[in-house]
Amino acid sequence: MLAKRLVPCLDVRDGQVVKGVQFRNHEIIGDIEPLAARYALEGADELVFYDITASAHDRVIDKSWVSRVAAQIDIPFCVAGGIKTIEQARQMLAYGADKISINSPALSDPSLISRLQDEFGRQCIVIGIDSFYDAESDSYKVKQFTGDEAATKDTQWFTQDWVEEVQKRGCGEIVLNVMNQDGVRGGYDIKQLSIVRAICDVPLIASGGAGTMAHFKEVFEQANVDAALAASVFHKGIIDINELKKYLANENIAIRL
Amino acid sequence: MTNSTTTDNGLSRVNNVSAVNQANTTVILDTGCANLSSVRFAFERLQANVIVSADHQVIKSAARVVLPGVGTAGAAMDALVSRDLVTIINSLTQPVMGVCLGMQMLAEKSNEHGGRTDSDIECLGLIPTQINDLDSQGLPLPHMGWNQISVSDHPLFDGIEDGSYVYFVHSFKAPISEYTIATSQYGESFSAAIGKDNFFGVQFHPEKSAAIGSKILQNFLNMGSQA
Repeated sequence: MLAKRLVPCLDVRDGQVVKGVQFRNHEIIGDIEPLAARYALEGADELVFYDITASAHDRVIDKSWVSRVAAQIDIPFCVAGGIKTIEQARQMLAYGADKISINSPALSDPSLISRLQDEFGRQCIVIGIDSFYDAESDSYKVKQFTGDEAATKDTQWFTQDWVEEVQKRGCGEIVLNVMNQDGVRGGYDIKQLSIVRAICDVPLIASGGAGTMAHFKEVFEQANVDAALAASVFHKGIIDINELKKYLANENIAIRL
Repeated sequence: MTNSTTTDNGLSRVNNVSAVNQANTTVILDTGCANLSSVRFAFERLQANVIVSADHQVIKSAARVVLPGVGTAGAAMDALVSRDLVTIINSLTQPVMGVCLGMQMLAEKSNEHGGRTDSDIECLGLIPTQINDLDSQGLPLPHMGWNQISVSDHPLFDGIEDGSYVYFVHSFKAPISEYTIATSQYGESFSAAIGKDNFFGVQFHPEKSAAIGSKILQNFLNMGSQA
């Protein structure tokens, strides 16, 4: 049986792992390689590295750390942030990344998704979506350039429409990051994730809001996502991955122990 | 004897056949595909003497050969043809292991057209089976993540227990056949590994499958040794 995946997310800025609350006030957590190795050892099923400065600042970033991570860890990992061209994607994959995740550049130019798929196959094309509950219109909307508060802007896309669009264009997986929940550890947005799950035929990763072990159980059982991503609860030692996996297995959720 | 193979740019210096034989070399076929380094890193973690090469002499004298692959079957076969690798692969008598798409390319045909043609893609034809769509019976595709395998007594799976988790990413599959050497299930049951004679392949990614994957790669390294 396919196991539900637990995915620690390492937000990377200037070569270090950082974490903010609701995308703001980033604090440094530690260096990339030791954290990556530690998570692999503790039983993480996959890792995501988000270079959160890249899209907003429009600059070329040294990503040779990707190769050092690939040499060291024996689980899959995904690199996100600032990948706008086929050549940048090729370099990440050549360094040893298993997948590349595209967020803001796909909103600026949706054809990037199909071009990447044609070149590398959809299995390594992940689309990250920063979704925001807009209370005024009672709807879910997509934001862009969320790596930098000053650059963050609304888009024309309702979340459900964008989810449909990126699948049509050939993505292989979707990470839905619910911004209202990010970093506040109040639980995943089960309602929104369930709505997206119903229209998502590719693997879906829930992101934003994990605070307790029960939150993971809820999101797997109620929103039926394929994977759950979390950052602060793992980085700060609030939840131990190994203990979480035992807990979930005990709750009859398919988990790789 | 091993210093001839320790540099990345040292391919021209390993044309000496006897030196390569002594070095018990594992050659990863340089198909130009994007994930070669992941496979190389995994063997390096096992202290294997591994070379990425498309050089016929280097390939022929290897103790064992890996055929990697990501992307689509059509593009991957084009890469083998353009690098003049088809004949040499067919002539190999040492253990040859395909990984993921590399496994699928050992089959006769694949119906993964990749939008370029309506007809099936002719593959290497080394294992008499045909690659077609994975019928996930409504589950999300690609089949992505850690799934369990049931294994045969093939030496690749020495010490691997049924129910072990390995990492898969694919949408096409080899059906269950007499050449199946391991199975998995996602919707339907399919071949997690196939083999015939010295040619075999795994649908999953042992290089990304943590300790279980390392054990499988070590089993592969134990094959084809002269000792």
